[in-house]
Amino acid sequence: MKNEITQTTVKTPAETPETFQGRHTYRPVADIIESSNGVSMILEMPGVAPDNIDITLEKRVLSIRGKIHPVQPEKLDLTYKEYGQGDYERAFTLSEDFDPNKIEAKMSNGILTVKLPKAEAAQPKKIVVNAA
Amino acid sequence: MFYPTLYKRNDPFALMRSLMRDVASPPNTYRSQTVFPVVNIWQGDDAMAITAELPGIEPSALEITVKDDLLTISGERAVTDTAKDDVWLRRERSYGKFSRPVQLPFNIDENKVEARFENGVLCVVIGRAEEDKPRKIEVKAA
Repeated sequence: MKNEITQTTVKTPAETPETFQGRHTYRPVADIIESSNGVSMILEMPGVAPDNIDITLEKRVLSIRGKIHPVQPEKLDLTYKEYGQGDYERAFTLSEDFDPNKIEAKMSNGILTVKLPKAEAAQPKKIVVNAA
Repeated sequence: MFYPTLYKRNDPFALMRSLMRDVASPPNTYRSQTVFPVVNIWQGDDAMAITAELPGIEPSALEITVKDDLLTISGERAVTDTAKDDVWLRRERSYGKFSRPVQLPFNIDENKVEARFENGVLCVVIGRAEEDKPRKIEVKAA
């Protein structure tokens, strides 16, 4: 166990065009781990309910979007701000070794876990060149 | 980065502005800091609230203590379990124990503190103690 002060990564605004409401869109912080049977992605998306997550896979690009319910305590005004609230957006380009039909996602306590199992036919096919 | 030196040759300020824009928002990098969690503070007449983003923390692993006018949020962010031959392709999240004290502008009535944790966001609403509220003094006409 380390006992020192470490740095914490802070979410940063994503490089997306402006939104209508003028709020920032944030790029969720991610961990990506590769194991023998696939890749799992862990994204921090606090404030997003499980049914407000939208994951799409199109032409090898995996886009993850999350809409937040902004926290607004009743009858109180924001007087000191250290973080901003806004939707999340991030996209990843995948290699073709994944089976798109077997991608699973789970959301709990503001953490999105996406599991991408390796496709069975991911073994490369070697083409033998015959000498004429 | 693309610097349009050629077509902005006669406007050095435009070039400077585009340079500044690139410096101000470095692509694909993250800010980091030693304070965790970061908090937002909300105030009203008789109450105030502290909100903090704590993704991935079980509500049971979260500890909130109050003493006089000091509120402390502490807990631990667990490390993701990995097998021996797993490879980290990207590691941006942080973990470990944390503690964040917040000094409030009034003494806390411990019976008036309410904490809610939803989707990784903590919201602590604190009521001001009755004896701590300012008393109004009526001015009598002579």
